[in-house]
Amino acid sequence: MTTASTHSEPELVEFDDVVARFDPVLGIEVHVELSTNTKMFCGCPTEFGAEPNTQVCPVCLGMPGALPVVNRAAVESAMRIGLALNCEIAPWGRFARKNYFYPDMPKNFQTSQYDEPIAHDGFLDLTLDDGEVVRIGIERAHMEEDTGKSLHVGGADGRIHGADHSLLDYNRAGVPLIEIVTKMIPDTGARAPEVARAYVTALRDLIKSLGVSDVRMDQGSMRADVNLSLSPSGSGQLGTRTETKNVNSLRSVERAVRHEMSRQAGVLDAGGEIVQETRHFDEATGHTRAGRRKETSEDYRYFPEPDLVPIAPSAEWVEELRGTLPELPWERRKRIQTEWGISDEEIRDLVNAGALDLVEATVAAGASSQEARSWWVAYLAQQANTRSVELADLAITPEQVARVIALVADGELTNKLARQVVDGVLDGEGSPDEVVAARGLKVVSDEGELIAAVDAALAEQPDVVEKIRGGKVAAAGAIVGAVMKATRGQADAKRVKELVVERSSL
Amino acid sequence: MSASDLTRLTAAELASRIHAREVSAVEAAQAHLDRIGAVDSRVHAFLHVGTESALASAQRVDAALADGAEPVSPLAGVPLALKDVFTTTDMPTTCGSRILEDWQPPYDATVTERLRAAGITILGKTNMDEFAMGSSTEHSAYGVTRNPWDTARVPGGSGGGSAAALAAHEAPLAIGTDTGGSIRQPAAFTGTVGVKPTYGGVSRYGLVACASSLDQAGPCARTVLDAALLHEVIGGHDPRDSTSIDQPVPDVVAAARQGANGDLSGLKVGVVRELGGEGYQPGVRAAHDASLRRLEKLGAELVEVSCPHFEYGMAAYYLILPSEVSSNLARFDAMRYGLRAAEGRSAEEVMANTREQGFGPEVKRRIMLGTYALSSGYYDAYYGQAQKVRTLISRDFAAAFSQVDVLVSPTTPTVPFPIGEKVDDPLAMYLNDLATIPTNLAGVAGMSVPSGLAEGLPVGLQVMAPALGEAVMYRVGAAFEAARDADEGGPLIARVPEVTA
Ligand SMILES: [Zn+2]
Repeated sequence: MTTASTHSEPELVEFDDVVARFDPVLGIEVHVELSTNTKMFCGCPTEFGAEPNTQVCPVCLGMPGALPVVNRAAVESAMRIGLALNCEIAPWGRFARKNYFYPDMPKNFQTSQYDEPIAHDGFLDLTLDDGEVVRIGIERAHMEEDTGKSLHVGGADGRIHGADHSLLDYNRAGVPLIEIVTKMIPDTGARAPEVARAYVTALRDLIKSLGVSDVRMDQGSMRADVNLSLSPSGSGQLGTRTETKNVNSLRSVERAVRHEMSRQAGVLDAGGEIVQETRHFDEATGHTRAGRRKETSEDYRYFPEPDLVPIAPSAEWVEELRGTLPELPWERRKRIQTEWGISDEEIRDLVNAGALDLVEATVAAGASSQEARSWWVAYLAQQANTRSVELADLAITPEQVARVIALVADGELTNKLARQVVDGVLDGEGSPDEVVAARGLKVVSDEGELIAAVDAALAEQPDVVEKIRGGKVAAAGAIVGAVMKATRGQADAKRVKELVVERSSL
Repeated sequence: MSASDLTRLTAAELASRIHAREVSAVEAAQAHLDRIGAVDSRVHAFLHVGTESALASAQRVDAALADGAEPVSPLAGVPLALKDVFTTTDMPTTCGSRILEDWQPPYDATVTERLRAAGITILGKTNMDEFAMGSSTEHSAYGVTRNPWDTARVPGGSGGGSAAALAAHEAPLAIGTDTGGSIRQPAAFTGTVGVKPTYGGVSRYGLVACASSLDQAGPCARTVLDAALLHEVIGGHDPRDSTSIDQPVPDVVAAARQGANGDLSGLKVGVVRELGGEGYQPGVRAAHDASLRRLEKLGAELVEVSCPHFEYGMAAYYLILPSEVSSNLARFDAMRYGLRAAEGRSAEEVMANTREQGFGPEVKRRIMLGTYALSSGYYDAYYGQAQKVRTLISRDFAAAFSQVDVLVSPTTPTVPFPIGEKVDDPLAMYLNDLATIPTNLAGVAGMSVPSGLAEGLPVGLQVMAPALGEAVMYRVGAAFEAARDADEGGPLIARVPEVTA
């Protein structure tokens, strides 16, 4: 039996007031869809966005008689995530069945490593914006299968209430998921929203570096549920927690925590009790709202999955996988910081701008780190902004940026010309060299040509020549300007100036 | 040779005639189809007869033989009756349930594939208790199967259709599944041979699950050698079944041939003290005593062994099985296949109404029992304790098999009972499987061989062997069968009365 929550919304309490009087306790559950080629228990492909019900088979449709077989690649991914989170890898563990009826779940049970997770008891260290390091305890990371998707037609905002029918797509049914659950995160105080966001960010970066998932929150390949409770400051008593689902961006994680803190404080201030319930985050309002509440608690009747044999990774396998762990994101940042000689703040800016990978690739293509950083965080960031795209989605590769930097260093382009070349590349005119050739942007480096241009300019302004000869070197500026104009800006201004002084003294 | 004679042959004999091209596979198939046409209205062993696909399969075997090819298997061209719990792309698969009425699976079970690859002619799908829950086939949604020995009596269950098809000479081979005795008890009741292989010995892929940790597919036949030939066709590792054993199939055909020579000297046969005393009909006990003397005469050394935890087997079984059933049968929800109730304003209501209308009383009983046993607060007391009993029973077997090569007992406590006698008394019905359940709980192998008659009705001898110990089990079974047939002047099955419509 379920009923809609009848609680009216409480008055929200100012955030500063909340943290003055309450201690928040966080807990975060993150579901990550693994980017294995095939599903958790069958050979169906897992690609996102296929026509509904085209990536299905008897196994993931729960046909009578069909049996699951564990995807070895998914187990490896799970173990690599566990190892990267400093977890213990369980030497033996069974899958369990979580039994409940829902039309998008073909077998009406979900196969999940309920109480025997493949990885447990780890931690993840976060560095907050001010450099403070917070250690988040990881309770467990376990494998399970995703459900299909229901599309409710005819009701308001795609919700089941009021819908006149529902469509089911089982393409996602059986896609491997890893659920990563933190231990309780106490003592974050006013930083709770920031810590929550930093944790999900760090986890996303970590999993991305492992190459085991696309971790796209916007596509649902990474989904966060935020548990939060408040206890009166210093009381040490745990409050009742709520679980907020549907938190689909990093910013939403922060907003959801902030809102839920204000809401819970409002309920408590009004003398109410926090109801242990599932809430949904609403992107539009930034609020959480109660989901349908069960009058009786759901009994999932877990029991060991008899169709599968236990997962028992050998110590050798675990060590082999440990050896495949890439440089972890924070280790990499530390290394890069040292190599490039940049401050904590500078590296953080690069990360926040989404430029670190791009700069590193540009450096790898031969550019100096300083030039590479300067291009990506200044001119290119500005271009991305103007064009309303992500930095990484600009139509220029790090190799092309490195080529532009090299052309400047070689004196083939001035900085001004270089920006024009970059514009050309961004506009799809080809590679930097193609743009240089097509637009005729090369620096005039032919000394004879330059001398001719300088002499011509001097001949036109004999009065200026007199001033230069009289020691007023600053007057050379007018001649330099004329030469630059004549060469359509494609001359090296410094060399032009030298030539002006030289030629006028003849 | 007349058609009637073709249906009386063993599978091995029929195969050798087909392979020698004395008889065509089509003639063999047609003879059995004709026999089904003549007697099945009375026996009701089949839920579906695939006349066209059977003849087409037989034609392919004949064509290959005519081309001079070697037979694709020792049983190529031999007809078979398939329990309606295996998926088949060319025939419906109903599991004896209304909820799967007319369901045409999109894929073949591994067992089905292997039968086809072996050139075996699948005649049709046989009746069973709904989702293999029952010991009489009275729980089929499509009507009871009658025992050819006495059509007023049940053929056992859940695989009553397969066993009755053999006894009525509608097929020389059949496939069954055994979760707590569903192959062996019907074999005992029909005077035929039924084998429950080691758990994991035959793929469960495409076998619609009753209880996953107990279900095992196995061969049914009228002789031990035929069962062995069929065992080798269907057995062996299947990567689509994670619980399938990645080991070669025991050499059961050679073992059956060796056993038929009739010498068991040097073998120790354990007589399970806990299986055979109280609760077993006097006629069954008498037949069993005669069987033990026969084994001794064959040179086997009889050793009494005790398996003290077997007495808890029934209780543990009726917790583990319903628990798994309650989860396995959750998928029948009208969303993707099978029956869909017309009434219902929401998916939940359609699901509930469909399950209410589609499942029979025994299935509902077990779903409710299992749901209860798994619910929080009861799990440890029921499912948890039952799993501990299971471990203890496995240890009993291990201890016994450290002393003896095989164990024996009566297959069933009683002879076939009259239709209707126990259908409303679940506990009395459950007692049918008293002797067969322990092997399923432990995952070891068991077979039933006809041992004699009591009150004119068949009685079976159960032979049990350790996991993957099927070779010695077949050897003992075949030796026993040969000795019994020699002493009694022919196989027991020859004494089955002619079925009259
Ligand atoms: Zn699939």
